[in-house]
Amino acid sequence: MEVMRMDLEAQSITVGYGDDPILEALNLQIPKGKVTVFIGKNGCGKSTLLSTFARLIKPSLGSIVLNGRDIAKTATKKVARDLALLPQGPVAPEGLTILQLVRQGRYPYQNWLNQWSVEDENIIRHALKVTNLEDLSDRPVDSLSGGQRQRAWIAMVLAQNTDILLLDEPTTYLDLAHQMDILDLLFALNRTEKRTIAMVLHDINLACRYADHIVAVGDKKIYAQGAPEDIVTAQLMKDVFQMNAEIIVDPIFGTPMCIPHGRGRNLLKQRQQENTQTERPQSVQ
Amino acid sequence: MENRKYHALRWNKASFLVDRKALLAGIILAILFIIVIILSLGLGDVFISPVEVVKAIFKQSTSLNNLVVHSFRFPRILLSALAGMGLAVAGAILQGLVRNPLASPDIIGVTSGASLTTVMFLTFSSSHEASSMNVSIQWLPVASFIGALFMGGLVFLLSRHRFSAIKLVLMGIGLSAGAKALTDLMLIIGPIYLASQSSIWITGSVNGASWSSVVFLFIWSIVFIGLAQILTRRLNAQAFGEKVAVGIGNNLKRDRILLIILSTALAGGAVAYAGAIGFVGLMAPHMARRLVGSSFGSIIPVSALIGGLIVMISDLIGRTVFTPLEIPAGVFTAAIGAPYFIYLLYKTGKWR
Repeated sequence: MEVMRMDLEAQSITVGYGDDPILEALNLQIPKGKVTVFIGKNGCGKSTLLSTFARLIKPSLGSIVLNGRDIAKTATKKVARDLALLPQGPVAPEGLTILQLVRQGRYPYQNWLNQWSVEDENIIRHALKVTNLEDLSDRPVDSLSGGQRQRAWIAMVLAQNTDILLLDEPTTYLDLAHQMDILDLLFALNRTEKRTIAMVLHDINLACRYADHIVAVGDKKIYAQGAPEDIVTAQLMKDVFQMNAEIIVDPIFGTPMCIPHGRGRNLLKQRQQENTQTERPQSVQ
Repeated sequence: MENRKYHALRWNKASFLVDRKALLAGIILAILFIIVIILSLGLGDVFISPVEVVKAIFKQSTSLNNLVVHSFRFPRILLSALAGMGLAVAGAILQGLVRNPLASPDIIGVTSGASLTTVMFLTFSSSHEASSMNVSIQWLPVASFIGALFMGGLVFLLSRHRFSAIKLVLMGIGLSAGAKALTDLMLIIGPIYLASQSSIWITGSVNGASWSSVVFLFIWSIVFIGLAQILTRRLNAQAFGEKVAVGIGNNLKRDRILLIILSTALAGGAVAYAGAIGFVGLMAPHMARRLVGSSFGSIIPVSALIGGLIVMISDLIGRTVFTPLEIPAGVFTAAIGAPYFIYLLYKTGKWR
């Protein structure tokens, strides 16, 4: 698929009103042709940032610029040909089949006289193929497993045939194996089809494995951004997540891996305590 | 896809995907539709055989048959069909818009608004001394229509701020309750003979249909059902929820207003001529979804046919089974509709 890469940029955007906006005077350029992951603690505004890039939320100040044009001043149908969004936990109408779902991705290219062109058909076939759903295309979406369902939604955004894919927590509600499955798929799409991907992920370790670029959102602005190897540190975990953690090297990928402190069922500490207790056998429980 | 379920139609720049199952359902229902029309034309105080009915349609039968078919039965049957179609499509649009199979024109207040203005019209236009009307009864549909549009508009305007499906529905329920209270008040303070006339209207009856009302409602319904059919892609997009709809390039707010106007116009036209026939807007789209799946390109025409059938059959039963009594069609749609609604509520767990 021939892809002309697009520029997507936030120019000093403020989201929300009054003295306590969600994001304030934030600048960010989404690296072209790469995988970017937004991280940050709950409520820090990372989803808001993604939604603002996807024009779901209008910034109260500043603008989102797509290829030199303010996204708010561009026809929404035109934007949808360059930028696709997969929101968190989307729900398809009851009984809708995968094919019907994926067809919706062609919406920005269609009008009421042109609803099923040869191009539509080819692109949908491609989307079903890369998501490995060809044999299931007549199955209702609500009869699928969580992993299959998420792949169906990804096929829908792929059918939009955009340079940029924005995904809000594409792995929520999935077990670890299916999380890997979805992220492998997205990564492959980025590497083989050169699509720019920006997504919100909760799992820092998975983010470090798959992201070329990590954007840590905290305190209404961008706390840090860069390659995971460069920016994911114990200090970042402390500042962004208000959490003490050790950063070690992922034994499989060599990427940063975050081991959080916290109390847990700490066997090492327990053993130390047991040792001290044997020294003082009289101590009362 | 070249598969058994779909057939691609393409010429020049136009292209469509035809769902074979929906096409088959549509054809069967259309045939059924014609059969029910012919049966209804023949049944009643004067029985006319189907062959004679067909002759009478072209004024080739006896003069009595011609008269019965053309002057008495045909306008009434067509009006039932059109009202049912309008209500069904209005319901289908609403169900897609609020993403819930329990939405219907009754719920967003269109019918209760129409009832209120109709009863107001009947009350204020009658003179107390002569117990007759000051204003021609011809204006009654206009009054109902204004009430329907006003109420639909009000519900939408009040729920527009931070729009959500549940807000629209609850606003509709609230305003309907208010309108019903006012309607009751009118019935109580108004002259007694109007109360029974009004209550027949409120239940929904196609008694007293005329060709002029058929022609008007026909044009009205064709225009708006046609527009609805053109806008089905946008309705499909909206049925995915706000975020996905925006993501695929749907102009959410503009299309939402367009679709609500369509739905209100269709339901308003139907209740103006046929009264507040309940539950058709709920049942027909749901049955259609069962038959042809959840793509609105198929749901709109199929539910129109089902809605027309429901009201025609209800009216047929109402005027034949209990003769010489005539039961308004709305009684029968409610008799099937209410249990159906409860069944739906019982089965549906999703309230989004």
